[in-house]
Amino acid sequence: MKLYIKYNINEACKKIVEEQFEKLAIDFDMVGFAELNIKKNLTGIKLKQLNNLLNNYGIEIVESKKSILIQKIKAAITEMVYLEEKLPTSKVSYYLAKKLNQSYGYLSNLFSEVTYTTIENYIILQKIERVKELITAGELSFKEISWELNYSSLSHLSTQFKNKTGLTLSAFQRIINKRRNNND
Amino acid sequence: MNNESLNILLADDDEDDRLLFEDAFKEVKVKTIVSLVNDGIELMKHLNASIENLPNLLFLDLNMPRKSGMECLDEIKSDERFKNIAIAIYSTSASEKDIEETLVRGANIYIKKPNDFSKLKKILSEVITINWQYHTSALNRDNFLLSI
Repeated sequence: MKLYIKYNINEACKKIVEEQFEKLAIDFDMVGFAELNIKKNLTGIKLKQLNNLLNNYGIEIVESKKSILIQKIKAAITEMVYLEEKLPTSKVSYYLAKKLNQSYGYLSNLFSEVTYTTIENYIILQKIERVKELITAGELSFKEISWELNYSSLSHLSTQFKNKTGLTLSAFQRIINKRRNNND
Repeated sequence: MNNESLNILLADDDEDDRLLFEDAFKEVKVKTIVSLVNDGIELMKHLNASIENLPNLLFLDLNMPRKSGMECLDEIKSDERFKNIAIAIYSTSASEKDIEETLVRGANIYIKKPNDFSKLKKILSEVITINWQYHTSALNRDNFLLSI
């Protein structure tokens, strides 16, 4: 028998993080998607224990200032693509600059330097990821997916998807379905 | 997890091809560590011997002597230990049927081998940069399909 599940990555991660903190009895608050406020400073040993626990789940504590900011930009983009009902129609540059309280020029240069891609490309990548997830879940039509992610039309979505993955929406869907059937 | 560089393995029996790939990798901005194997049998030996340090990305030539790329792909995909390796197949064939068949069997990327070096460099650079995002942003590899 085979079951297909749908899961909320953000909820799952939050839960995992919470559980690790509880294991070590550390008091904390979740401030944002990937930012935590620790009430008392942690000793080196405790920090190490925490890091080891989190590493089991592929979660890491980010240390350098640059990596922290990159992480914040990525988290803001993920939040934008995954959590909000509709993506903000206001310009992304304005949204990120305001959210992170830094000039967009600075954010954008730093992002390209560290990740070898641009913020714009990263957003498209994340949107395409979301499209793939929605196709895989199989609940929405292509047309509905294009609405959900604020594409101006289905053909805009189709073109971007084909440009980024080299596949049409239906070829992608066919391949994923065939893989499932092969595994059954 | 090592976020500093991308561990790449190239499986190809053609020496000219291997040199071209190595040259192309050198020009990519992402830091790469490249290892080479000559055929499918060597590839499987190499993977089984490097469980602790598996490649993040495997470039697999479909036409290799002794054990073909397709046989290797099936073997790798049926082994739980290798589930985190992204697999990029490359071949001279550009038929839709071949592309779909390899992706269905579990490859992530299908590269139609171009004829000139500058195109190859561009393609490899794109493949590596997008893999880098998967590597550093914890994206879902099960949905990672690219035909280029």
